[in-house]
Amino acid sequence: MRRAIEDLGFLALRFVDDLGKLALFTLRILAARFTPPLRCGAFVTELFKLGVLSLIIICVSGMAVGMVLGLQGYNTLVRFGAEQSLGAVVGLSLIRELGPVLTALLTTGRAGSATAAEIGSMVATEQLDGLRMMSINPVHLVVTPKASAMIAVMPLLSALFIVCGLFGGYAVGVGLMGLDGGTYMSSLQSAVDFHDDVLGSLLKALIFGVLIGLISTYRGYTSAPTSEGVSAATTSTVVIGSVSVLIFDYFITALWGV
Amino acid sequence: MTRSPLRDLLVGLFVVVGLCAIAYLSFSVGGLSYSGPGGLTIYAAFDQTGGLKPRAPVVISGVKVGQVTSIALDPSFRARVAMDLDGRLKLPTDTTASIVTAGILGDRYVSLQLGGDDKVLASGDSITFTESAIILESLIGKFMYGRTGGSSGGESGGGGADETQKKGS
Amino acid sequence: MAFGSRVVFDSLSCGFPRGKISVILGGSGSGKSTILRLVGGLVQPRSGVILVEGQDIVGLAERRMYEVRRKLGMMFQGGALLDSLTVFDNLAFPLREHTRLTETEVAAEVQNRLDAVGMSNVGDLLPGQLSGGMLKRAALARAIIRKPSILLCDEPFSGLDPASTKRIERLLVRMNRDSSVTMLVVSHHIPSTMRMADRVLLLLPQGAVEGQPQELRAHADPRVTAFLNEVPDLDAESLEDPDEPPAGKAVRARGGMR
Repeated sequence: MRRAIEDLGFLALRFVDDLGKLALFTLRILAARFTPPLRCGAFVTELFKLGVLSLIIICVSGMAVGMVLGLQGYNTLVRFGAEQSLGAVVGLSLIRELGPVLTALLTTGRAGSATAAEIGSMVATEQLDGLRMMSINPVHLVVTPKASAMIAVMPLLSALFIVCGLFGGYAVGVGLMGLDGGTYMSSLQSAVDFHDDVLGSLLKALIFGVLIGLISTYRGYTSAPTSEGVSAATTSTVVIGSVSVLIFDYFITALWGV
Repeated sequence: MTRSPLRDLLVGLFVVVGLCAIAYLSFSVGGLSYSGPGGLTIYAAFDQTGGLKPRAPVVISGVKVGQVTSIALDPSFRARVAMDLDGRLKLPTDTTASIVTAGILGDRYVSLQLGGDDKVLASGDSITFTESAIILESLIGKFMYGRTGGSSGGESGGGGADETQKKGS
Repeated sequence: MAFGSRVVFDSLSCGFPRGKISVILGGSGSGKSTILRLVGGLVQPRSGVILVEGQDIVGLAERRMYEVRRKLGMMFQGGALLDSLTVFDNLAFPLREHTRLTETEVAAEVQNRLDAVGMSNVGDLLPGQLSGGMLKRAALARAIIRKPSILLCDEPFSGLDPASTKRIERLLVRMNRDSSVTMLVVSHHIPSTMRMADRVLLLLPQGAVEGQPQELRAHADPRVTAFLNEVPDLDAESLEDPDEPPAGKAVRARGGMR
């Protein structure tokens, strides 16, 4: 029994310790952000790797989710005779929650794990040490562009996910279920408010981008320099990233609604 | 990390498309509009706002001309609604402001009916003629109270007459 | 010097003369690579002083360390070249980062180093496309790109066939002769190192022994001579220990986060 409590205490301390290290790591990234050279080339390359390469999965998933929403929404609303509001239901669900959260989860899995693996394998092959020996700050060269790109990419991907979802919902509602296209669109437009819904959605996407960017780079940077270490870094990025996104989602939703 | 022009092009396209998506969501779907020149601050006091929220539109003949900026209690416990309207508007001093609902269960907004006076409201003035929001429950309550008073003899007489102002839709 | 709870060495005191080739020998896990990393500032000792050309680098801030490293060049065991850049770009990298040389001047410097290691035509290859021997030579070329006064070599002969081993050995010796670079070589390969060394530091579990190669060969302590004569002096023998892949070594040499 006593061992269990000791273990728990140890875990708690280590959690706080990790959090502190993450905070310090974040400060280093920030410091590097504002130090020349700006490394725009690396930033653009990362935008490509994290953004452009995620396009397919984001757009396809977005459309699929929109279609499911259209289907489920219609079937439920029809029971109350409220199927005219399908546009509003699909739109609000996507914009407020599903867009930013699902995009974040998908991005964590694809781009986040790729980043962690890349940085982790650079650690394992001593490339980062090589950079240090050449008097080049590895955080500045490798980590900051990746983290910055992740933050920049999230709102864009989230918006694309939502638009594809709206289209998917439209395709099902209007194309399949026979709703009037104009009704769908006007129901959508009247229900969605920029400040409450769209702005909150973009803010969430941005915050999730920060989370994923930090977690994936931190995990990669601090991974043990073995292939096992790299793999652990990748999986923990996905796990911790996903859980953090969901927890933060609650808090942002609660606070933004105020 | 070899920079190929194709990659740069794709990144550029990606960013442009993403921004367009954001713009579409903000303007077309979300209804963000370039608020026209504001500047005309007008106040109106209501007995009942019925759930009117700040940033609700202020409308003349169905066209948005401004928005509600704040709602507060004035010394006589009426609701004082502050509105920021298009500065080019010339509103006669006998203009009426009413709080209406979009549809039956929609959001509340303020609708202005122009009067005919020669004198025009200036920034900081108040509208004298106001119509408060209609609360659906009290309407039903009045209706039921009227019915039970006449026909079923009083047991549920108190129940329907809910004059307590509940929040609207 | 310790990693966490593992003491690597306790009160080690040694010096490496300027302009000479010093070789560090020892069994696996004896801490040979750790000494290199200490000199390079990649790990910090628990206590003590490390003088690099008269300057104590213990506890130095990373930014100061970058300046110190201008005098240092490190040839990593796995090469540690950035695997997404060509060999040319890898060598050019520190020059482009830290100097204001024009592209032509940079190209000239890079070509000069490539010629020096006998790899004039491989500039366009990626590190992944190089054979073991070529990778070592590329790593060496990069280590000397900034004309360091101290060269640190971590297992320069590991994983090489006898011919390549000889080639590297000759390269290092010639470099030392031509430019009086101080060299610290960590190696398993007893024949080559005993041939090229001016001084030898032998790390045994019981303690360290320092001296010139001939002195150690004829040392009074039988454990010293046993170690040095452990493997027969056949050039056909590759001394790479199959149980210790580079990644494994890196784990042991790793200190905290830097």
